[in-house]
Amino acid sequence: MNPQFQPGDKVRVRKIDAPGHIRTPYYIRGHEGVVERFCGYFKNPEELAYFRPGTPLKALYRIRFVQAQVWPQYIGPKSDTLDIDIYEHWLEAASEARP
Amino acid sequence: MSDHHDHHHGHDHHDHSHPPGQKHPFQADVDDTLTYPRRMEIALRELLIEKGILTADEIRAAIEDMDSRSPAGGAKVVARAWVDPEFKAALLEDANAACTRLGFDMSIRELKLVAVENTPEVHNIVVCTLCSCYPRALLGLPPAWYKSFAYRSRVVNEPRAVLAEFGTTLPDNTVVRVHDSTADLRYLVLPMRPANTEGMSEEQLAALVTRDCMIGVSAARSAGA
Repeated sequence: MNPQFQPGDKVRVRKIDAPGHIRTPYYIRGHEGVVERFCGYFKNPEELAYFRPGTPLKALYRIRFVQAQVWPQYIGPKSDTLDIDIYEHWLEAASEARP
Repeated sequence: MSDHHDHHHGHDHHDHSHPPGQKHPFQADVDDTLTYPRRMEIALRELLIEKGILTADEIRAAIEDMDSRSPAGGAKVVARAWVDPEFKAALLEDANAACTRLGFDMSIRELKLVAVENTPEVHNIVVCTLCSCYPRALLGLPPAWYKSFAYRSRVVNEPRAVLAEFGTTLPDNTVVRVHDSTADLRYLVLPMRPANTEGMSEEQLAALVTRDCMIGVSAARSAGA
């Protein structure tokens, strides 16, 4: 089992509506960030919440976003960041321009 | 005692009024309303005990363990990291292993603790926008404001304004890095060691480490403050 993304990779959070115990905050869906690090494999909390085994394990990453890109009205320098833990199945490669 | 009247009148802080015909107002009972979640908790707890899955004493002991954890735990970790560069490196590399070495039971729900270091260049601040994830093994229960809608929604969006309300103003050349702990990681901020603390013992240093500075809304206490 190998993580799909490496530190430094540009990724985009999938912009989908999903019901249930979702650990991807709504405000970050559709935004692009950079993989800061791979955090390991964990049981899928979206499954565990419904008493399912949570397997196969899901890769978890810490994704770094630029505040000024997430919030157009952000007050603060462009260097300020927002780091969020996001599971691999919520991420897609973002090497090309935003659709 | 018939009327719960166990303090002296005439003291300085007697700012409540007495209803007519009653010598003293009673404090409301904490468990006065059997709400739906309370009923569910009682039903679940009694079933677990009846079916032999848990004992009442195990439940009591788990609550006692949770209540025994406090920011003093995190302060001990931070103070050690300040005096021992090798421990600090180990903490930043694998916080669970480093804290276990200091004698903390980090096995609660198999969560992974991540220590993030504040420097003159980067200031870290922690939130859980989805609920109230918090490094309970080291800090105990989170403060009420940490769980409030206002803190959770504002700190990701205007962290510098929130920091200023906590009395923490940072220059523009310090990166403010918000950590939204949404999943299986828990974040502990390693604050900067205050100036003029070179001669202090580990215990004296630990007394400078507050809960708030380990969440990242403030700096550690300054020496002599």
